[in-house]
Amino acid sequence: MVKQGVVPDETNKPFFDAANEGRLVVQSCTNSDRLYFPPRPASEICGEGESVVWKEVSGRGTIYNYCVVYDCPVASLKEDLPFNLAVIMLDEDPGILMYSHLPGVPPDEVPVGAAVRVIFEETANGQKVPEWVLVD
Amino acid sequence: MTTQMAPESMYRSTEGLGVWPHRGKVAAVGIGHSPTARRWDGRAETSVGAQSIMACRKAIEDAGVDPSQVDGIVLVPVTTTGAHWDADTPVPMDVVNAFNPSDDPLDGIGQLSAEWLLKNMPELTNVKFTMYAPGCMSAAITVAAQAVGDGLASTCLVLKGWHNLEGRYNHGGISAANEVPGSFALSPGRTLWGAPGCYGTALQFAQYCTKYGKHHDMMAPFMENSRRNGLLFPEGYWAQHRPEQLPPEDYLNSRWIAKPANLFDNDIPIMASAAYLFTTAEKAQDMAQKPVYILGHASSRGLARSIVPTLEEVEAETDSTGRKIYESAGISPDDLSFENMYDGFAQFHQFHIEGLRYRGMQRGDALDFYQTDISIEGPNPVLPSGGNIGSGRSRFWMHTDCIQQIQGRAGARAVTGVKPEIAVSGGPMPMGGNFTVWSATPN
Repeated sequence: MVKQGVVPDETNKPFFDAANEGRLVVQSCTNSDRLYFPPRPASEICGEGESVVWKEVSGRGTIYNYCVVYDCPVASLKEDLPFNLAVIMLDEDPGILMYSHLPGVPPDEVPVGAAVRVIFEETANGQKVPEWVLVD
Repeated sequence: MTTQMAPESMYRSTEGLGVWPHRGKVAAVGIGHSPTARRWDGRAETSVGAQSIMACRKAIEDAGVDPSQVDGIVLVPVTTTGAHWDADTPVPMDVVNAFNPSDDPLDGIGQLSAEWLLKNMPELTNVKFTMYAPGCMSAAITVAAQAVGDGLASTCLVLKGWHNLEGRYNHGGISAANEVPGSFALSPGRTLWGAPGCYGTALQFAQYCTKYGKHHDMMAPFMENSRRNGLLFPEGYWAQHRPEQLPPEDYLNSRWIAKPANLFDNDIPIMASAAYLFTTAEKAQDMAQKPVYILGHASSRGLARSIVPTLEEVEAETDSTGRKIYESAGISPDDLSFENMYDGFAQFHQFHIEGLRYRGMQRGDALDFYQTDISIEGPNPVLPSGGNIGSGRSRFWMHTDCIQQIQGRAGARAVTGVKPEIAVSGGPMPMGGNFTVWSATPN
């Protein structure tokens, strides 16, 4: 499945730059030691935002649950219907969630609660984004 | 007159605020509905503006007041079901010129301003208060109730109109682009991963089934009941255009959108407008219909921590909403004659009613409850309005039903297994909405 190309903007550029380097990062507030995803302006996290840093995480997680998408608004994904769309909880903080198509897992054969690890997948314009695969 | 969006201070969105100070002092009296349609046919007389004028006039007439008595209007300026006017499509000037226009030619076609409404309802000669509410009727009701209680208006129209244009919304524009901004790629809701509109609710429902050992088939009695009730709602889309019951085999054989959500778990977008006439408890005594008193209102402002609300977040928020509703109205779950919480998506109705502890329900009970008698004839009516599933996407059927049931004007849809005395309605989302408690008496 080739996803739409991504053009990073100021708020999320560190996330996408890290993905191109094979690293998974999320925002972290050093005052509260709390993680944040999706990326948002630092001022929305911690006042003036000076305490917000990008923190590398392990790239390990667990499948929260999933749906099988049969009717998708994104034109470039329609030829791949039906496909899994799962939500992954990060090991570092299960409140931080990321989407995944779970490449390699047949539709509707998703093992909820199974361990997964991050990989980085090229989108249509070469920008990499995180994806998740089952841990062997 | 400049119309402002209602300030957040008009909502009761935190616990611990106590009983609503205006409990029983504000009443709904008149109801007005336009006809429904699947989509706009391009004619002036079926535009959202014309439909909204019709709904307002019907509500005024129903309440038995002179239009000059109306001194306030609360309305929702956004009227889209999801489709917006294509910037490359010329605005139909014949429609624009059929009305007294405002500065925006799309007023009355793809949006609704207070200015446009007043220009086209010249009989409203005494309106001194106008205010906007966001999103849907549930918010407008909350704002209007608070406004009348606060003395900002004494005879107030509450209006919500919907337009529905051709095409499948969210399937064009950025969804068809080769490249998207990073913020879209990672945004909650629509993302690079292609989540359809119902995905978040379907995911929560999937987790609900995993957590409590339930399955999608258990929704069938609720869906059948909702459509049945909707077909008894003469103002509704299915009753007017497609009088078809929804037996379990039809529901269960429908195509998936995001399994475990199928086509029928999604509501159908329509054109429709509705208006209510609110007034003070004192003035209501002289009007044509039985007053339905507002005991309280409460609002939800839940925030998901990450890309999508989890079941756990939804359950925590709807628990809090239930507590706020009862605190505001000074009642308990045992006082509810019936419930009319939102359902458009069908798969989150159970989050609302479990949060209410309706009929003693605890978390994980609702789908089993759906297997019992939930009909309007039984002792435990669930969604007697039929909601959006029963009558199309308006988000106001549940309010109209509460008022009509308590007024004794629900016709064939009247609950007969309970005496309609106190009811709750509201929505839309479990993580964000506005809720109202209605009563046959002010006390």
